[in-house]
Amino acid sequence: MSLMSWIDERFPATKVWNEHLAQYYAPKNFDSWYFFGSLAMLVLVNQILTGVWLAMAYKPDANLAFASVEYIMRDMDYGWLIRYMHSTGASAFFIVVYLHMFRGLMYGSYRKPRELLWIIGLVIYLAMMATAFFGYLLPWGQMSYWGAQVIVNLFSAVPFVGDDLSLWIRGDYVISDATLNRFFALHFLLPFILAALVFIHIVALHKVGSNNPDGIEIKKGPKGNRWSDTAPADGIPFHPYYSVKDIFGVGMFLIFFAAVIFFIPDMHGLFLEAPNFEPANPLKTPEHIAPVWYFTPFYAMLRAVPPMFNSQFPGVIVMFASILIMFFLPWLDRSPVKSIRYKGMLFKVALAVFAVTFIVLAYLGMQPSTPTKTMLARIFTGVYFAFFLLMPIYSKMDKTKPVPERVTE
Amino acid sequence: MKKLIVIIVLALLPLAGFANESVELESANIDLTDHAAIQRGAKYFTNYCMGCHSAKYVRYKLMENVGLSESMIKGNLIFDGSKVGGLMKIAMPEAYAAESFGAPAPDLTLEARRRGSDWVYTYLKSFYTDPSRPTGVNNKVFHNVGMPNILWELEGIKDPVYKYEVHEGAEKVAEFDSEAEANAMVKEKGEGFRVEKVVHGFSKRTDGKLSDEDFDQAVRDLTTYLTYISEPMQLERQHMGVWVLLFLVIFTVLAYLMKKEWWKDVH
Repeated sequence: MSLMSWIDERFPATKVWNEHLAQYYAPKNFDSWYFFGSLAMLVLVNQILTGVWLAMAYKPDANLAFASVEYIMRDMDYGWLIRYMHSTGASAFFIVVYLHMFRGLMYGSYRKPRELLWIIGLVIYLAMMATAFFGYLLPWGQMSYWGAQVIVNLFSAVPFVGDDLSLWIRGDYVISDATLNRFFALHFLLPFILAALVFIHIVALHKVGSNNPDGIEIKKGPKGNRWSDTAPADGIPFHPYYSVKDIFGVGMFLIFFAAVIFFIPDMHGLFLEAPNFEPANPLKTPEHIAPVWYFTPFYAMLRAVPPMFNSQFPGVIVMFASILIMFFLPWLDRSPVKSIRYKGMLFKVALAVFAVTFIVLAYLGMQPSTPTKTMLARIFTGVYFAFFLLMPIYSKMDKTKPVPERVTE
Repeated sequence: MKKLIVIIVLALLPLAGFANESVELESANIDLTDHAAIQRGAKYFTNYCMGCHSAKYVRYKLMENVGLSESMIKGNLIFDGSKVGGLMKIAMPEAYAAESFGAPAPDLTLEARRRGSDWVYTYLKSFYTDPSRPTGVNNKVFHNVGMPNILWELEGIKDPVYKYEVHEGAEKVAEFDSEAEANAMVKEKGEGFRVEKVVHGFSKRTDGKLSDEDFDQAVRDLTTYLTYISEPMQLERQHMGVWVLLFLVIFTVLAYLMKKEWWKDVH
């Protein structure tokens, strides 16, 4: 005990522990959707740890990269395990984060006073996408190479400065050794920025307090529980209640995660794509280029827009707009209630249609385009934007149910 | 919530049908626990394939994992004085191969993962004579491939048996053995219809050193070997996976019980 007070006089260890864990009061009615936040942190730690170990044997050199990955897979002790944990972890990260975001959509976790929390979350999502994009080039397979080629070429569609911009990003006229080297540097750097952003996300969360499936502000409700007279009556200390609950969530997640790692690491070409088992060849364009599954909804929207004035730029704008529009969500939702539990049929249908739209767009983005599929992609791109742009109207018209005073069990 | 999930699942059902494209591949029907097959496949690979194809991410030593000793590897699989711990590289420069066959012969380490075991198996059995090609052969699975039929001496020589399909747009409407019949149909139907000549099967011109069954087995051995080297740790990871999952299930059950115990006083 004297050691602890020695530390506390110099560093607020006990204070931080209490404020963020032992005396951080979270609503007692979290459901399973609330696992995905802590799981996202777990996957981030997994990516950083496995990534550092991969970097010990990986060579960011166009002539050596592919062979160094095979060296890791074959000659390094448990290298295959570390690599599959990393490649599966990338997809798992996006699955977990997409579910985390969907939870936010369902329970209105983006509404006042959590607007900034939502925005910081979206910045994390953008940083994740950048990290994944840089990382995908590193194995230096055919799909790595041509996928990067396609995405970097998007920047050349920007009027006037496009060609210079894409040249500046690549450091060469095509994706090359120079590009690989800088992508490796950025892929190594970004996860630490990501970790810092996660820290900021949690600081913001603990300022406003967690939302819950009822969308009720427990801080505005009655005070006093078994642990404190001033704490919200519907709150329970995060530790030990949610820490033990999250351990169970981690167990459930790891069962699925391990099943993929040990039994279907390539996930039938979704997590590790078949053309990527062939080294990058700048002279041979694959028949069909598609980004990894977690980017395909946005890729589908990009392709859905026809070129205008001889330029692909409108498609690029639509793609970036599809992500930017999420930042405005806190102000687009005009419903008097937060949670889907008390929202009416209109919002429920809109959210279900949006979820289906996202998955259909993801599917369309993986497929070679045909006239029918392009038409479908256009329709669903429209639906995607309509979900956001019409929200001020339908969320206001929606017939909501009365919200109870206290959280429900 | 359950309603939402049902709606999503129902909406996605039609997509499941799109996902499969029909490629007529024979099942390779391989067994990675069959070490003898992998050993025989290694022999075929080093004798027939390695003239042109490398497996440069694989070490010869890998065969120790399937029961070959160092001296057996040296005596049976290494012909160029490589070390047992060395990588399975080849002497042929890529430029030479590109000049001779139109393209450098690809490294085969990951071929079975790149294209699938069934593809490799079917491909090796799908060469047929085609005098229009520089190598004298063509392939049903890989049209106009640059590779000669290296296994012809084992398999014998096969001629193609054609069928004549009548297509309307992208759709196949009829199939004939004779070209004349197909042409007659197109003439009768008129615009929008056309005949497509497709390789339907093969007829043996000469027999090879092996019977048909033995040749199938040889190709299966080779496919087994290529599948093995494409991911040598495949069986090890599955074996380990069973134990990991078993541990995680027990861990999760205990975590659940612990959670329940802690939460007793909340509800």
